[in-house]
Amino acid sequence: MESYALLAAATLNAGTVLALAALGLLVNEKAGIVNLGAEGLMLCAALAAFVTVVHTGSDLLGFLAGMGAAALLAAVFGVLVIWLNTNQYATGLALSLFGAGFSAFAGIKYVQEKLPERPQFAIPGLADIPVLGPALFRQHPVAYLAVALVLFLVWFLYRSRAGLVLRSVGESPESAHALGYPVRRIRLAAVVAGGALCGLAGAYLVTIYTPLWVEGMVAGRGWIALALTTFATWRPARVLLGAYLFGGVTMLQFHLQGTGVEVPSQFLTMLPYLATIVVLALISRNPAWIRINMPASLGKPFYPGS
Amino acid sequence: MLRLEPRPEASRLWSVGSPLLALALTVVIGSLLFVALGKDPVRGLQVFFWEPVKSAYALGELMVKATPLLLVALGLAVCFRSNVWNIGAEGQFVLGAIAAGGVALLAGKDTGRWIVIAILLAGVAGGMAWASITALLRDRFNASEILVSLMLVYVAEQLLFWLVFGPWKDPGGYNFPQTKTFEAVTRIPRLMTGSRVSIGLVLALLGAGALWVFLFRTRAGFAQQVGGLAPAAARYAGFSSRRALWLALLVSGGAAGLAGALEVAGPIGQLTPYVPAGYGFAAIIVAFVGRLHPLGMVFSAVLMSMFYIGGELAQSRLGLPKSLTGVFQGLLLFTLLACDTLIAYRVRLSRRPA
Repeated sequence: MESYALLAAATLNAGTVLALAALGLLVNEKAGIVNLGAEGLMLCAALAAFVTVVHTGSDLLGFLAGMGAAALLAAVFGVLVIWLNTNQYATGLALSLFGAGFSAFAGIKYVQEKLPERPQFAIPGLADIPVLGPALFRQHPVAYLAVALVLFLVWFLYRSRAGLVLRSVGESPESAHALGYPVRRIRLAAVVAGGALCGLAGAYLVTIYTPLWVEGMVAGRGWIALALTTFATWRPARVLLGAYLFGGVTMLQFHLQGTGVEVPSQFLTMLPYLATIVVLALISRNPAWIRINMPASLGKPFYPGS
Repeated sequence: MLRLEPRPEASRLWSVGSPLLALALTVVIGSLLFVALGKDPVRGLQVFFWEPVKSAYALGELMVKATPLLLVALGLAVCFRSNVWNIGAEGQFVLGAIAAGGVALLAGKDTGRWIVIAILLAGVAGGMAWASITALLRDRFNASEILVSLMLVYVAEQLLFWLVFGPWKDPGGYNFPQTKTFEAVTRIPRLMTGSRVSIGLVLALLGAGALWVFLFRTRAGFAQQVGGLAPAAARYAGFSSRRALWLALLVSGGAAGLAGALEVAGPIGQLTPYVPAGYGFAAIIVAFVGRLHPLGMVFSAVLMSMFYIGGELAQSRLGLPKSLTGVFQGLLLFTLLACDTLIAYRVRLSRRPA
């Protein structure tokens, strides 16, 4: 029983990284912008957070540094795609390639350096519930923040005026522009906010999830997060669910390795990537299902007056 | 405030000038980076732009790395021109290497020289098979080819790791994760002695020529591109988008697989975990910087190869990490995309905030 509680706790931990990044990308995509640079953003944010924590010893500063670094890079991406009208896919790819190179390059001094294990944050009372307590209530505060963020996003996107404007910018930038909304500034704000969330995910990954720096440590999680937004058909709550599901697949892989199953470890490492492919195929199969919630102008450039 | 004014027609001047301006900007930013690192920027630029071309041997090495980059980029150009976003060429490259390596390992010392052809064909088939997974899932399930092809890169790498750590591991290899070195008869013939340049370079150049003919002189090549530019027009003309999807992915997968085969049976000579060297990703930049045009890509492959060698030299000569290559490549793509704005727009100064 104890091992299942640990597995569940680890699942939430792994899912949190994906959830934060995918929620950031969801905000981006609701405004009509696809950012294929998530992987690069997360890598640079992870490095910024790691370096900050090594030198200051403060997790909070680390999280802020990670968010700041990713927000800054996302802003560059945003200016390129929104003001200079560059192709969103190509620019995102450039961001991913640059982020991977830059983080490997700038982080070379820190390779294999480790951070001290984080003490567990147990919520008093709740954490003592047998089985459920250790599984759910011994997480880092940021893990709960991810849940709170979903609630906030549901309210923001579907109940607030600003959220309505954000969605309209992603659905029909022409109409939003005609109504006098500053489409490009709103899109940039969404890209920067989304970038900051990807940065938080990268910072969480490097400080809490695997407290050490290795080149390329995000290992495709940025891309999985992109797939999650499709998987969730752009609904925040489903993003969270999907993230935990994928966190579960990742953890299952370690669990199986630990129990000495006769499968080569490489096949277990493939699992999250294969799962992403399978799930993506199953979800995308029904075009109607996708189209209902997909922002209509997703990935399309908008330039007022052209 | 700067304002962009759409040009009535695309500027021919800037479609050539933009890559040059992008390269200049990359050099400037790179120099600033060297200064920030406390290194002499002149020395740094020398390592990146002079050392790789200063001798016959250096030029040969430049071609060795330009070959896989060009081959992969040629295939990707067919994809990007038809708006198929295959970004998993790295995985197709690895599968080509695995398939070619498998055939090479089967060969005994006295196999005929024909085995090289079998190895190259195996590489093409391996890359095509891997790309066809993406094509199938896109075609049948409407799954994003970007994400599927990319996820398959990670799967391909694990498959390679499994083989070299497991069933294909060289029993006499002091427990290193690698296969035994391939028999001499399986190695790709070199063009001349004293240089590692192989017939791969000839194949890549022939490929560039073939792509030019296909794109600009055949109906099939035209149909392939119309779907990417104007899907509605393509439908009206009766060009099948499914056909275009499969063709694009099979061509690019085959080209990447061939590049993988040429690498393992050429310079590398065995399967190791270091077979994926990022050529599949760098080729995306080669394709864009070369304007998806065969001739342009020949130049940009050489340029990108220069960055590879520059990165290696920066490591050995200046004590800088090799990943500097990735920084330069990423920067070049960024600046190129930004400069390309000048092709379609004029930049105007305006008082009125845009």
